[in-house]
Amino acid sequence: MNRHDERYEVLLSGSGGQGIILAGVIIAEAGISHNLKVVQTASYGPESRGGASRSEVILSGEDIDYPAVTQPDFVIALTQEAADKFAPRVRPGGSVLLDSTWVEKPPPDVQATIASFPLTEEASNHFRKPLVANIIALGFFAERNPLLGPDEILQAIIRRVPSHYRELNEHAFAFGRELAGRKTA
Amino acid sequence: MPAESFIKKYLRQRVLPTIWCGGCGLGTVMRVIVKAFDDLKIDQDKLVVVSGIGCSSRMVGYIDANTVHTTHGRALPVATGIKLGRPELEVVVIMGDGDGAAIGGNHLIHASRRNIDLNVFLLNNGNYGMTSGQVSPMTPHAHYASTCPFGNLEHAFHLCDMVKSAGATYVARTTTFHYMQGVRLAREALKHKGFAFLEIYFQCPTYYGRFNKMTDAPTMLRWFKENAVRYNPEKPRELKKGQFYIGKLWEDNTKDEYTDLYCKLCNRAAEMVRVAK
Amino acid sequence: MGGAKGRTVLLQGNEACAMGAIYAGCRFFGGYPITPSTEIAEHFARKLPTVGGVFIQMEDEIASISAIIGASLAGVKSMTATSGPGFSLMQENLGLAAVLEAPVVIVNIMRSGASTGHPTGTGQADLMQSRWGTHGDHPVVVLAPATAQEMFDLTVKAFNISEKLRLPVVLLPEAVVGHIREAVYIPTEGEMEVLDRKRPDSYENLLFFRRDENGVAHPPDLGTGHRPHYTGLTHDEDGFFTAEPGKVNAFTVGLNSKLELHSDLLTDYREDAVEDAEIVMVSFGVTARVCSHITRSLRKKGVKAGSFRPRIVWPFPEKRLKQIAQNAHTFIVPELNLGQMRSTVQCAVGQDKRVVGINRVDGTMLTLERTLEEVKKVLN
Repeated sequence: MNRHDERYEVLLSGSGGQGIILAGVIIAEAGISHNLKVVQTASYGPESRGGASRSEVILSGEDIDYPAVTQPDFVIALTQEAADKFAPRVRPGGSVLLDSTWVEKPPPDVQATIASFPLTEEASNHFRKPLVANIIALGFFAERNPLLGPDEILQAIIRRVPSHYRELNEHAFAFGRELAGRKTA
Repeated sequence: MPAESFIKKYLRQRVLPTIWCGGCGLGTVMRVIVKAFDDLKIDQDKLVVVSGIGCSSRMVGYIDANTVHTTHGRALPVATGIKLGRPELEVVVIMGDGDGAAIGGNHLIHASRRNIDLNVFLLNNGNYGMTSGQVSPMTPHAHYASTCPFGNLEHAFHLCDMVKSAGATYVARTTTFHYMQGVRLAREALKHKGFAFLEIYFQCPTYYGRFNKMTDAPTMLRWFKENAVRYNPEKPRELKKGQFYIGKLWEDNTKDEYTDLYCKLCNRAAEMVRVAK
Repeated sequence: MGGAKGRTVLLQGNEACAMGAIYAGCRFFGGYPITPSTEIAEHFARKLPTVGGVFIQMEDEIASISAIIGASLAGVKSMTATSGPGFSLMQENLGLAAVLEAPVVIVNIMRSGASTGHPTGTGQADLMQSRWGTHGDHPVVVLAPATAQEMFDLTVKAFNISEKLRLPVVLLPEAVVGHIREAVYIPTEGEMEVLDRKRPDSYENLLFFRRDENGVAHPPDLGTGHRPHYTGLTHDEDGFFTAEPGKVNAFTVGLNSKLELHSDLLTDYREDAVEDAEIVMVSFGVTARVCSHITRSLRKKGVKAGSFRPRIVWPFPEKRLKQIAQNAHTFIVPELNLGQMRSTVQCAVGQDKRVVGINRVDGTMLTLERTLEEVKKVLN
């Protein structure tokens, strides 16, 4: 593959309504505050109304010409379908985060570190909001990606979410960071 | 003022005479319209007259105002853009039955629905004169035209009823036989704030008349005279076959006009932005 | 743009386009919803009322382009946005805008396929339509942005060209570029050039459509005391219909000569390593982003490859391509259509040059792997 090495690619996937696109936008905005070049694309149309949903983010120190993910460094999959489809595409040595609430069988033959946590379940239990699973995932991502610091991502979250949910999202984000310190379930 | 001075004032003398055939009713219609302009002392510099395509649409070339001769059926959306862009201008639309009832029928419905302050003069001669007499949506059933040489299978519809139900707030009809009434209704339409629609039947002896055994203007004018029934909302009448109402058919002054509503919306939106800051 | 005072934000291409339009002074949007352009209309619906502008959703695309022509004649910078099926409907009055010399900007976010096609797919198959979709000889300028930043910048440029030359300008991004989110630098007021049409105080002998020494006519806005006559018919310098062959000819030639007379303004391309290139990838819009990636990696392997991308696709930058063809022997033209630009490139570089197309019409963007495979086939 002729990828330029300075690209760092993130692929987030799940189903419509899980906040996949928003999570991608937040990573991209954190990238901008880190003075990186960013590209974020998403699947849309009928897919954004409950079907499979996908958000791609490319971060780079240089101008990004080719605007699609070629081989993701980091895959976040919130459904079994997403895990089956995208986890095997991860770059060898990359990272995969699965939501074990929905992903019962992690796909085999993935040459990357796989972390599997019941993100949606944890979101329901701890925050009574299954919707913040995406923010928990971002907390995890914040600890495990090599480019963006947790504070940059948190600030991007705060700018994007409604102010009355700020505290909730801060807690969810902190919880995600804590998960990254745990051994995978 | 000498009798004909309004003609000199409101017509571009340099481009006359008109292209219209002998006996055509469009000269009368143009006189009706500019007389109404003169009666109301409409400022030519602030007057915009927009038309589509066809014999009637050539009228804008002769009127000394800001004039726009657009494409077939599209006078209304162009006029909508002009009016919204500069609401202080007086915007008049002149179109034929091909423009308004056929190719631009949808625009007529929606301009009526918006109740935007346009004055529409729909000049109806029941056929496509410019292209030498094809059938139009306004050709009566069983009448003849070059594209229905065996008689028209289709039925004309009531444009005035249609624009009324679509939301127009002033609706009237007249004919070239009823000159004085025409001027009065044109004045009312111009004064009305909202979507005003005046349908004017005019004779086309050259084509429509020739196909339908009315080969001269007087015969056609007599046909208008004999079939026109003055509308009186107090005393509705059963119309006989071929008869039609003339006069003011509908007026509603309770509905807000579109550019006014839009202006208020802008104020609301700007206020919301100010508060948010 | 280091040191500049503007701000950099993450924007979707369509949002950047609408923001660029407002920056350029656009204060009238008339449109009809259609995927994948609708975000532009939605942005205008929220923003225009707050800046004293007009947003109106019309009954169809013919009405939309008609309304923006009307507003433009009334002196307001105007725009519409659509996609293929709507762009087809607009062709009628795209010609009217050209003939009335009404400055308007039309955005066509290209989806994939003919007819209803693949509404959420991406394509580039409206390239020819954007130039030749309406009947008769007419001038139109077409810009092809490839990034969200260019959705902003080239929208401003589209308005500038349209105001300066008084003609319709089409912005022709692919669905991918309409929906991509990237960092976009928003300049402060005055930082980027914004042009307005000339508005003469007086006209000699009411000749509102007489061309100046630059071939441009400056008919007055409606309602400014001049009482012009605008018509879609062939017309003389006074604006009135003429059928006199000499005058009809002068009208048509004069109208179209605006493009040639302003070729400097209308030449805009980006190129990379073409000076000594033997193989040049020529493409526009998002496809060019794949090409520059590939030619750079080929260079690293010692292949004398370069890339060329017109940002103004019509008029097509033939002159520059001819110069490049003095060294290059092979041109590869990847497109999301069945070869609309390939033939244009072949015409520009001459029949003796090898011009090979890479064509994809499945609704998706070119992928790096497959394009590279195709390029390698051409190289062998």
